[in-house]
Amino acid sequence: MAEELKLFRTWSSVFALRIVWALKIKGVEYETIFEDLSNKSPSLLQYNPVHKKVPVLVHNGKPIAESLVILEYIDETWRETPLLPEDPYERAMARFWAKFGDDKVLTSIFWGVFLKEGKEQEEAMVEAMEHLQFLEDELKGKTFFGGERIGFVDLALGWLANMISIFEEVAGLKMVDEDKFPLLAAWMQEFADSPIIKDNWPPRDKLIAKFQALRDAKLAAAASK
Amino acid sequence: MLKNSFLCSSSRVSIASLTVVAMADEIILLDFWASHFGMRVRIALAEKGLKYEYREENLWNKSRLLLEMNPVHKKVPVLIHNGKPICESLMIVQYIDEVWKDKSPLLPSDPYQRAQARFWADYVDKKVPQLYHELGKKIWYTKGEEHEAGKKEFIECLKFFEGELGEKPYFGGENFGFEDVALVPLSCWFYTYESFGNFSVEDECPNLMAWAKRCGQKESVSSSLADPHKVHGFVMEMRKRLGID
Repeated sequence: MAEELKLFRTWSSVFALRIVWALKIKGVEYETIFEDLSNKSPSLLQYNPVHKKVPVLVHNGKPIAESLVILEYIDETWRETPLLPEDPYERAMARFWAKFGDDKVLTSIFWGVFLKEGKEQEEAMVEAMEHLQFLEDELKGKTFFGGERIGFVDLALGWLANMISIFEEVAGLKMVDEDKFPLLAAWMQEFADSPIIKDNWPPRDKLIAKFQALRDAKLAAAASK
Repeated sequence: MLKNSFLCSSSRVSIASLTVVAMADEIILLDFWASHFGMRVRIALAEKGLKYEYREENLWNKSRLLLEMNPVHKKVPVLIHNGKPICESLMIVQYIDEVWKDKSPLLPSDPYQRAQARFWADYVDKKVPQLYHELGKKIWYTKGEEHEAGKKEFIECLKFFEGELGEKPYFGGENFGFEDVALVPLSCWFYTYESFGNFSVEDECPNLMAWAKRCGQKESVSSSLADPHKVHGFVMEMRKRLGID
């Protein structure tokens, strides 16, 4: 039976990008459906009624939502080039760091540092630096979080490799200092330049424009309160 | 000389034929008796019939071991298996399911069903802070409009779960599994929500209540959940500390 695989995404979603990378690493063919989140398609709402978000992967008509859940599904369904380690302990660690990336690193950098200013931004920066230090320590003796090659955690944290420079440019401050985080900075470069990854970044100028607008709107809203 | 070497070689043969005795697994659980997250792990360990050492943490004075074993979040539960820590309750449950995979599997074997189970467990995880820290606090510690708003929203959340459960015996279908483990600890808090909120979970969500009772009939669940009256007493104590009573 021919596989029918559709990925609902937006051009800029870092969460959807993880799925693009995973499918390309596995060499799996799929169809892309771009969504406009200000005008969600009936299909998206039908496939992800709970969160109404992208990405959603639809495999032979059956939807899977939540990017980390989708990544595990992809890894279990197409078993070549495994993303998660075999060993249960290593798998638990991989899941832990991926979730840490979303819950703590992304939250503190994006919602804390990027979308704030002044004292609130300073406080968020302290927290973000603590989180980045954990990632720095995790990279000791490794090229990628997955070891010698890209794995689950690298895909989950991959947004750092290009979004950090976007955030830094728009917000006008340094977040990942190469002197403080040499391993993390090296990983960001290595990851960004890797085959497959480097061919799939969204256009930088569009990202700058989008996040500039987002930051301006958020700061204006905060100031008017 | 010959006799000695005969004895030596037969000793070597008998040592070689001895079955190697596997070192017993050392499992320690750092936990807090009322923790929703901790209860999930206790259920999983009980489902697998595992012996472990339970260590109660004082969350207002965390042990050095906890801070060492979970330096990132400094939270319970932490499972320490042969000296190696695993943190985050759903990850611990998956770890337990993968290591002791021959007994009472909690996740289905089909990748699509596993994805659904993980999706729902993740949904519960996203809801738990709201259920306890936002809505719970409104119901237990406030009065008037805020109290009513908290109660209304809490019941709406329960109704959502009720809808998802439908007529199924368990969230995953016929068998008790990962999603049930993720949510069922909330059931030992129902009595507390009901008494401060002045409503009945059974009236509002009969299927959910039936599910909670069904899960509670399992030894692994009943031995792992906190006593509902003790939970109520805990919230009473917190109210006193906050100067509400």
